[in-house]
Parts: sequence; C-alpha cells; structure tokens
Amino acid sequence: MRIDKDLVAASATPLVLGILSEGELHGYAIIKKVGELSGGDMQWTDGMLYPLLHRLERLGHLEARWGHSPETGRRRKHYAITLSGREALAERREQWSVVAKALRQVWHNAQLPPAMETGWA
Amino acid sequence: MEPQEGLEAQIDYWRGYVARRRAISPADLDELEDHLREQIAERRAGGLDEDESFLVAIKRMGNLDAVSREFAREHSERLWKQLVLLPEHPAAAGVPPWRELAVVLSLAVGAGLALKAGLSWLGGDEVLLRNAGLLVFPFLAAYFAWKRQLSGRLLLALVVPFAALAVVLNAYPFAPEGSTGMLAALHAPVLLWLLAGVAYVGGRWRSDGRRMDFVRFTGELAIYFTLLGLGGGVLIGLTAAVLQLVGLDLEPAMEAWILPFAVPGALVVAAWLVEAKQDVIENIAPVLTRIFTPLTIAMLLAMLVVLTTAGGLIDVDRGLLILMNAVLVLVLCLLLYALSAREPLAPAGIFDVLQLVLLVAALAVDAVMLTAMLARIAEFGSSPNKIAALGLNLLLLVHLLWAARLSAGFLRGRCRFAVLEHWQTRYLPVYGLWAALVVFVFPPVFAFA
Repeated sequence: MRIDKDLVAASATPLVLGILSEGELHGYAIIKKVGELSGGDMQWTDGMLYPLLHRLERLGHLEARWGHSPETGRRRKHYAITLSGREALAERREQWSVVAKALRQVWHNAQLPPAMETGWA
Repeated sequence: MEPQEGLEAQIDYWRGYVARRRAISPADLDELEDHLREQIAERRAGGLDEDESFLVAIKRMGNLDAVSREFAREHSERLWKQLVLLPEHPAAAGVPPWRELAVVLSLAVGAGLALKAGLSWLGGDEVLLRNAGLLVFPFLAAYFAWKRQLSGRLLLALVVPFAALAVVLNAYPFAPEGSTGMLAALHAPVLLWLLAGVAYVGGRWRSDGRRMDFVRFTGELAIYFTLLGLGGGVLIGLTAAVLQLVGLDLEPAMEAWILPFAVPGALVVAAWLVEAKQDVIENIAPVLTRIFTPLTIAMLLAMLVVLTTAGGLIDVDRGLLILMNAVLVLVLCLLLYALSAREPLAPAGIFDVLQLVLLVAALAVDAVMLTAMLARIAEFGSSPNKIAALGLNLLLLVHLLWAARLSAGFLRGRCRFAVLEHWQTRYLPVYGLWAALVVFVFPPVFAFA
C-alpha cells in the first residue's frame, strides 16, 4: 500500500518525536524504526528525514551531538528529544487523537466500495 | 578493479555530486554518507551484491533535487542569495549571464541618468536632497523585480507607497531651510530601503528568514559599495593626477558627470555583485564582525567616559546628540549583521559574550543620550528635530534592551538563538513606521517649519 505523501509529511514530526522519546538515535535507526512500526508500509524518502531533523533541532525540540558508529567508527550524528520536544509531542498527540476519533466514526458510518469490503484490496 | 574499491569509488562519486549542492553542508554530507553506507551494508547482508545495494540505497535516498530543496528550505542562510533556492524545473533555470549583466548595466546607467537629470532640472539643494533617493530607488527595485519576476500585485504594492512618498516630499510646502523638510529628506531613504527590501525578498516580507536575508544583503551591499568606492576613488585620483600634469582640471567633469553616474551606478552594480558573487563575502563577513565588535565596544566605552566626565549634559551640542544617534544606529547595524552572519545552530561562545558586552555598552551610551535629550527638551522646549531624535532614541533603547535580555538568556542557555534572531527581524518594521511618521505626519504637525 502506498501512503499519500501529504499524510506522510503530516505524520513525520510526531513519529520522529515519538520514536526519539524512547531514547537517543541516529537518522538511519529512526528510518528503520518507522519501517518496523508500520510493518514496512510507510516508506520515507531517506534524504528527506535529515532536513526535518535539522528543523526540529532548530526549533529546540531535539538536541544533536556528533558521536561515532560503534562498528565502523564513522562520524555519526545522534538526536535526542528535549523537554520542549516532549511538550510538542504531547500537543501533537492530542491533535492526532481528535483527528483519529473523528475518522473512526467516519469509517464506521461510511459505505465502502464492494471490492474493498470483500477484502482483496 | 577490486570490488571494494568499486563501491568506494561509487560512494566518492556520489559524495562529489551531492557536494555541489550549496544547501548541503559538508557535515550534512557526512550524515547522509553514513546513512547511505548503513543502507548499503544492510542490503549486502540481505544478499544483494554491491552494485545492487548501492543502487537501492541511492534510490531510497530520494531525488537529489527534491532533497537538497528541503535542505535549502531549512538552511536558507546557506544560499540566501537564491530566494527561489533551487529552480523547481532545471530546464527553466537559466538566464544567460550576459543578459543579467546587460540588465544590470542599463539599470546602473539609468540610475545615473535619473540623478543627472535631477541635478540639472531640480532647483535647489534641499529639493534635490529630498528627491535623491526617489531618483535612484526605482532602478534598484527594478533589478529585484526583474530578478525575482515579481507579480503585478506586488509591483503595485511597491509603486503606491513610492508614489505617495514622491508626492509628499514634493507637494508639502516645506519652509526653506526648515527642519521638517530636512527630517523628511533624512527619513525617506529608510522607507525606500524597506520598500527595496520587500522587492528583494520577492514579497515574502512576513518571513523572518527572508528578512534576515535582507539584513545580510544590506551588510554585504555596504561592503561591496565601499570596495567599489575605494577602487573608483583610486582610479579617479590617478587620472586626475595625470590630467593635471598636462594642464587639464578633472574637477568640473567630476562634479558634473562622474559622481552623478558613478555613485548610483555603483549601488546597482554592488546589489548585483552581492547576488552573484556572495561566496567571496560570505567568508569575510564573520571575520569582519569579529574584528569590528571589539573595536566598537572600545569606541563606545571611550565615548561613555568622555560624555560622563564632561559634565553639564544640558549644554551638549545638538549636533552631538544627532551624531550619537548615528553611532547607535551603526552599532545596531553591526549587531544585526553579526547575527545574520552567525551559524544559527552553533552553541553560545565567547563572541556571543562580546556581543552582549557591545549591547550593554550601547545601552549605557543610549541612556546618557536620553538623559541629555530630555534635559534639553525640559530646558529649551521641544522642536521637530528633538522629537525626531528622541523618538529614534526610544526605539533604539527598546530594541537594544530586549536584545540584551534575550542575548543574556541565550548565553545562559535559557532561550534559543532563533528567538534572538526573530526579535531583530520582527522589530525592523517599527523603524519603517517611525520613518513614515516623520515623513508624512511631522511636517503638517509642525507647520512645515
């Protein structure tokens, strides 16, 4: 299944903040985690993650530090969530739960096309 | 070729290719390369061969144009000169360089002609002084309008205030040698410059980032303009010396033709140079601000000592008060320029401490000036000049005070650098409003005296 790119963009910030709220990670690990959480359905364009991380850093939601990869010793940038990042996450979470609640009712009431109901989509 | 070498060569080639994007800094490139290598390693572990892994990793990295556009959006300070950042469609990218040069040169000549026409046909120094900015501004704005391909609505938004300014400056019955006329002449360029700013940012004047771009542009323009002026001065001096040997005097030609064309022309050319060659200056800017910040602190402290030990501030000359306002404006420009040249994500360092010292010194000078001004007003009553100076002084005081507060907060890690930056850019329009007040409202209020 392909997820619409606006939807990916809208959910990117809370996903990144949420993933980092469990602990410090570097970019690649975040991408992998997104893949795991969505069962592989959400594929981010890898390159797009970094401008987002830099923006969250500028906004003060994340803190970055340069470290090294344990296996190869390459320079690697690690990101950690800050207090303001946690606040932003809490705010996003409330917004999303409102959206999700509204959508749940819509899904419940809406008529799906017959093909989808039989489940081969 | 060894297989391992093949992969390294491919990664090297990719690095070189990405490095050409100005929006992606070497540190970002390290970050992306680390990502690429991990992606490759994981594909290899999954059984793909080197070439396949590399291709998959590149593919997953995404369209490089789109990615560097995202980087550019986030780090606009890295390529602030290209407001549209990277062309959305590479094919539409190119205006041939010669065409831009032709446009710039004709605008420069046009600005010179306009000023020369003003010199010839506008009677009186005062009328000319009021109109000098009006004569040159359209050519600079036209360059930005051409460069940014401004929309008709935006052009209208530039033309209307410009026309209003032109009407007021020429239709108000200013008394000859009156101070309101002089104040209007001094404040009109501020308004024109902010209008030029609106053209420069392509109408996105609400954006803090774009405003900072314009601050940066202003600083670089001043540097280029000075360099052009110095070079031109040397050339003219040498020519004059040679001509003098054969008995020709360059001075009449100098006043009548060379300066009226050279000064506005240099302004337009400097604007173009900032746009086209900013890499050169970009490396000097932080150095310049680092040199001049301590020097300015020394200057302010010396002034402070002289002013406080001189005693009897009521007798302070009016000229001195105006001069001190000019000094404070200069300090502010230095501050703004230094902030615009700073890497926003860098942690607070010794230079930020120096900047706070500069702010505090400027505040002290401002406080002394304010007392002197209030004392003068209490003693001799108010006049348009005094009110204008006092108003500007109060604006500067608020600006500096809050900047100092935020700067201290930044040093203590209580607020982010961006907050300090936003304060500066959001305060800028206040100066425009004040200048508009002085130009439009002061003359009728003070009976055009």
